[in-house]
Amino acid sequence: MAKRDGTPADLEPKRTEEPSELLRELVAHLRQNRTQLREEWVVRITETRLLTAMTKEEIFAEATSVYDSYVEALETEAFEALQAYARNLSERIIPRGVETHEVVGIVLLLRDVLARSLFAKYQTDFKKLNRILDAYEPAANRIANTVAVGFVQERERVIRQQQEAIRELSTPVLQVRERLLILPIIGVIDPQRARQLTEQLLRGIRTNRAKVVVIDITGVAAMDLTVANNLVQTVEASRLLGATVIVTGLSPEIAQTLVTIGVDLGKMNTVGDLQGGIEQAERLLGYKVEKLAEPR
Amino acid sequence: MEVPILKQGAVLIATFQAALSDADLNHLRMGLVQQVVKFRSRAVIVDVTAMDVMDSFASRTLREIAHMIRLRGAETVIVGIQPEVAFAMVQLGLTLEGVATALDLEEGLAYLNEKFKTTN
Repeated sequence: MAKRDGTPADLEPKRTEEPSELLRELVAHLRQNRTQLREEWVVRITETRLLTAMTKEEIFAEATSVYDSYVEALETEAFEALQAYARNLSERIIPRGVETHEVVGIVLLLRDVLARSLFAKYQTDFKKLNRILDAYEPAANRIANTVAVGFVQERERVIRQQQEAIRELSTPVLQVRERLLILPIIGVIDPQRARQLTEQLLRGIRTNRAKVVVIDITGVAAMDLTVANNLVQTVEASRLLGATVIVTGLSPEIAQTLVTIGVDLGKMNTVGDLQGGIEQAERLLGYKVEKLAEPR
Repeated sequence: MEVPILKQGAVLIATFQAALSDADLNHLRMGLVQQVVKFRSRAVIVDVTAMDVMDSFASRTLREIAHMIRLRGAETVIVGIQPEVAFAMVQLGLTLEGVATALDLEEGLAYLNEKFKTTN
């Protein structure tokens, strides 16, 4: 079997190349054939209907930078840099609606396209092809892994950020009169939300210089010991900032729970409903509300 | 560390610094009561705005100060507890029960004004 460069078989060097040499050789090949391999890859991406959320120009631009980063990662084995690149790429494309399976899909397609080109190049030297693949495959798999993990990590970061935003929006601290805040709580309170609620309220008390806070729990379905204690702590912490707390809207079930658990209700100022709570708050603040005329 | 104590009429205002040692706190406890006696003050405002941490010793000392001052017929108001500090305190069960609190110096003085008005 003759080598491509014309050396007769019996003059082939007997030593086997170092893996790093093989890697350099295949990286050189991938760089030399960059344009056509990248084009082939973009065609495969379109055929497989991936990245449909992006335009052809965008796909081409991203493909170029991914290709170059891929080859560089093969060469330098600097996977941290690749992971940073993957997170950065994800930050750009996640808002465009690109899904995990698309990102994994295109990286695997690139791996296949490059592998095929290696098969083509070394098809006449099966043993060498095997050695080349021995160098290529672990690196290529690690790349696919790294990019996928980077993408997923970025997604998780975005989800956490959105959850935090939702949590903040869902516990609004509202000023309804000077020195009077209302905190309507709706839904399920887990320990994390309870903590976030308390922090938000305390900051609100300081910012608005509130003297009375009405915490309405009409919208809270159920309460356990942890949450009940959180509520008591919120009341106590508010007092340390000079504010009185009135809790309103305790359902019969929650009232039962609190009594059963043995929460010290002496520490809590409670009124039946929100309206009553606001009226008492106004009295505490020295307001008197008088009706002057009938509604028009 | 010296804690500045200012006299504002019948009210003494003590401003706590950030890092008070246990010794400082002990010293302060006696010092404040002596000042109340000396000036025949009707109230003491302890401003803890600069404290970013309140441990159980500091908390207990504040309660003892308030108690001792009450025995002299004067009122104590703790002002300036930061939101983060308040949160940490209640988690540790340090509630300063029985001691009056207010948001800041202005609120503390307003509270005392009200109180003096109604008791006069």
